Amino acid sequence: MDLIFEIGSEGRKLSLLPKCDVPEVKVPESQSRKTALHLPHVSENELSRHYSKLAKRSHGVNDGFYPLGSCTMKYNPKVNEIAASFKGFTGVHPLQNERTVQGSMEVIKKTEDTLCEIAGMDAFTLQPAAGAHGEFTGLLLIKAYHVDRGDTKRTKIIVPDSAHGTNPASAAMCGFDVVSIPSQDDGCVDLEALKGAVGDDTAGLMLTNPNTVGLFDKNILQITKIVHEAGGLCYYDGANLNAVMGIARPGDMGFDAVHINLHKTFSTPHGGGGPGAGPVGCKEFLKQFLPGHHVAGDENEGFRYEIETKSIGAVKMFHGNFLVIVRALTYMLMLGKEGVPEASSNAVLNANYMRTKLDDLYEMAYDTTCMHEFVMSLEPLKHKTGVSALDVAKGLLDYGIHPPTMYFPLIVEEALMIEPTETEPKEVLDEAIVALRALYKEATDNPEALHSAPHNTVIGRPDEVGAARNTVLRYQWTD
Amino acid sequence: MGSFVPNTDREQEEMLKEAGYKSFDDMFSCIPDEVRLKRPLNLPSGLSEMEAIREMEEISEKNVTFKHIFRGAGAYNHYIPAIVKSVTAKEEFVTTYTPYQAEISQGVLQSIFEYQTMMCELTGMDVANASHYDGATAAAESIPMCKDRKHKVAYVSSTVHPGTIQVMETYCFGSNTKLVQVPSKDGVTDMDKLAKMLKDDPEAACLVMQQPNFYGIYEDATKLGEIVHEAGAKFVMSVNPIALSVMKTPAECGADVAVGDGQPLGMPIAYGGPYLGFMAAPKSMMRKLPGRIVGETTDDKGNRAYVLTLQAREQHIRREKASSNICSNQALCALTASVYMAAMGADGMKEAATQSTSKAHYLMDALKKAGLKPMFSGEFFNEFITDCPCGSDKLLDALAEKGILGGLPLTENVVLWCTTEMNTKEEMDQVASIVAALISGKEA
Repeated sequence: MDLIFEIGSEGRKLSLLPKCDVPEVKVPESQSRKTALHLPHVSENELSRHYSKLAKRSHGVNDGFYPLGSCTMKYNPKVNEIAASFKGFTGVHPLQNERTVQGSMEVIKKTEDTLCEIAGMDAFTLQPAAGAHGEFTGLLLIKAYHVDRGDTKRTKIIVPDSAHGTNPASAAMCGFDVVSIPSQDDGCVDLEALKGAVGDDTAGLMLTNPNTVGLFDKNILQITKIVHEAGGLCYYDGANLNAVMGIARPGDMGFDAVHINLHKTFSTPHGGGGPGAGPVGCKEFLKQFLPGHHVAGDENEGFRYEIETKSIGAVKMFHGNFLVIVRALTYMLMLGKEGVPEASSNAVLNANYMRTKLDDLYEMAYDTTCMHEFVMSLEPLKHKTGVSALDVAKGLLDYGIHPPTMYFPLIVEEALMIEPTETEPKEVLDEAIVALRALYKEATDNPEALHSAPHNTVIGRPDEVGAARNTVLRYQWTD
Repeated sequence: MGSFVPNTDREQEEMLKEAGYKSFDDMFSCIPDEVRLKRPLNLPSGLSEMEAIREMEEISEKNVTFKHIFRGAGAYNHYIPAIVKSVTAKEEFVTTYTPYQAEISQGVLQSIFEYQTMMCELTGMDVANASHYDGATAAAESIPMCKDRKHKVAYVSSTVHPGTIQVMETYCFGSNTKLVQVPSKDGVTDMDKLAKMLKDDPEAACLVMQQPNFYGIYEDATKLGEIVHEAGAKFVMSVNPIALSVMKTPAECGADVAVGDGQPLGMPIAYGGPYLGFMAAPKSMMRKLPGRIVGETTDDKGNRAYVLTLQAREQHIRREKASSNICSNQALCALTASVYMAAMGADGMKEAATQSTSKAHYLMDALKKAGLKPMFSGEFFNEFITDCPCGSDKLLDALAEKGILGGLPLTENVVLWCTTEMNTKEEMDQVASIVAALISGKEA
């Protein structure tokens, strides 16, 4: 379809601004723009239809099943959007004085308190804008802790080889060296490898639990103990928190700092890749290093901002992705103490239901009770038929299902990682099971058809190599 | 309680049974007993939708919203066209994630490609990423783009927004980068001092400056760029996207990286977020840009298609050697900015920019007549600083009583004012008369 630059015509426009009611002042000649500015020239009707067309060429949670492992694509309740549209939230300036933003401060305080209880932490900052941003913030807390103690030789962060790519990347941004340790055959942390890796240069460990293969690491208390005894701290990557809310808490597992993805676990929409929010929680002894402003006080005495004594500063301007936080709080208020564990219980149930309906056909990377997601290895299928994880994923597109996460974690060959979430009804899971079983059969009967799938989408497989080699990253005008 | 779990108790029991579990407890037996939470969460009981919406509405009403806003400093109250809200509420855009599966994500991918194009047009650059968290983090992440083995020290002008400098400092604490502030003179970067500082430092990697700067004043960016390049360092400009429609582009000023906050492009001030960080650069810096980038290609039938590209820079491939850890960004805000720019068009953007600066000049004149003095004489865009002999708080309280959010108090008697096309002559006259009354000691 046409780009927005290829529709409309010179002179078409919307009627948006009134005439200026004061004498016109131009930017001084020495500062003024010489290069022509090309922007679309369309009527409102054309503009509106253009984006309706683009919307039809997109697939959201609202359009169908979206079992993208590690991303928790649960339903985004519409009530969240109503709350985030209240003028009292959208119309306040971030630099208004405290007296005039008591409502915003109450949102922040209530969210922090709720997250503290769910994660088993003592304090939170809502400033980080995304999960990776949260990791970066949490690791800065760990760095600040060691530096504050004068323990500057602690320069290493231990990361299992099954970790999200953001973990080592975040550690590197914090100036740490990354020590990768292998996982055991059961996908969990190899305790001996961990013992061998820790030392007086260990700043900390980053871990996801349940881990990226969807298993709860039963040795978690030993793991955090080994790191603590070596003088390191333990960081919990909360990407998989949706499995254990109200069931088990990172704080009780021995973690010192965590981040939580509000756009995964707390139902705020993913927006095509953001904005999300990645609040960071910590135990009392790390609180003094938290960035940004911390809300103190209560509804009766009034809320006030405080800055921590040894704050690392700020990881973002202002108070985080505030309207995302409003949405998450609305969701938490609705779920409450009963609904939070109910969500996790059903996320885990849906995953195990799907797993047990597929494990006779597909090879499960770890054939045991999973948490909120499970990983299949298509290596045996590929060996037998030549059909890869990518082919099966592309085949799912023709069933109107968003494919699972592919080729992650890296420790599983031909991995497909399926996370159904708790908001899918049984029928949707059954349909996906039927689709996956049909694809398995098709792989055996007609592998060629799968190599060229999808067949019913608006485009076929794109040439990604060509895109990276011959980069076209913007539209060019010819004049 | 509220719940978004569709399966009924009976269905859940059936599913448990089919999966081979006696109960939820049995299913969770894979979690060691010693880490199981053996009590209910200490949270209030859940609410129905009606109760939740009432509670959130009540909380929102505890905020004071102002009808007239003269405060900017990183959050600007521009007009948001109706079409922006309508398009960005489309659930296909709202509820999707990063477009990993190109075949069913062409809409999102094309919208990002269009966004990249528009940001390149505004900045004059060749490449823009799909977005960053905000302007401050974009500025902070421009530093590693400029560093190499020989160039390790970053410089920032002290006329950059203090919030941006704070975020840069925090990021530099992480990466063990020395960050040096360049002093200002008469409200702009002190070029003589900058030249000397850079001359004495062979390790200088970059200068980050802001245009117009925190005080609203135009810097001589071209000259600054020359000084920086002469020292063998890179030149990073943090820019206001509305102003870019009428101002010299970062490319025209010789910038190696352009960053900024896209909030003025259709996002409400919303207590500080979500906003939009943007980053753009010449092709030579393309592989150093952090974040998602969309490229054009063809599908297996030769149709035009869009994909995420240059992923070899990114964390899921490069892990600890990636250019950044960024993954989720501010995609829906980038879409917002695209729709805004498409709705405004080049002429509309220029009109918003011209009205914003025209009104700032009108307000400054009115405030001068009312008895306030500008602190600097430099030419300014839509923000400026005055003294406030009656005391900032007293003045701002008097304005607040009339439903006006005055400028940002920088000290007890200095205020940073801001106007946009939203401020009318009438309300500016009202501000001036309140100021005049306070200064003359009479009630307005």
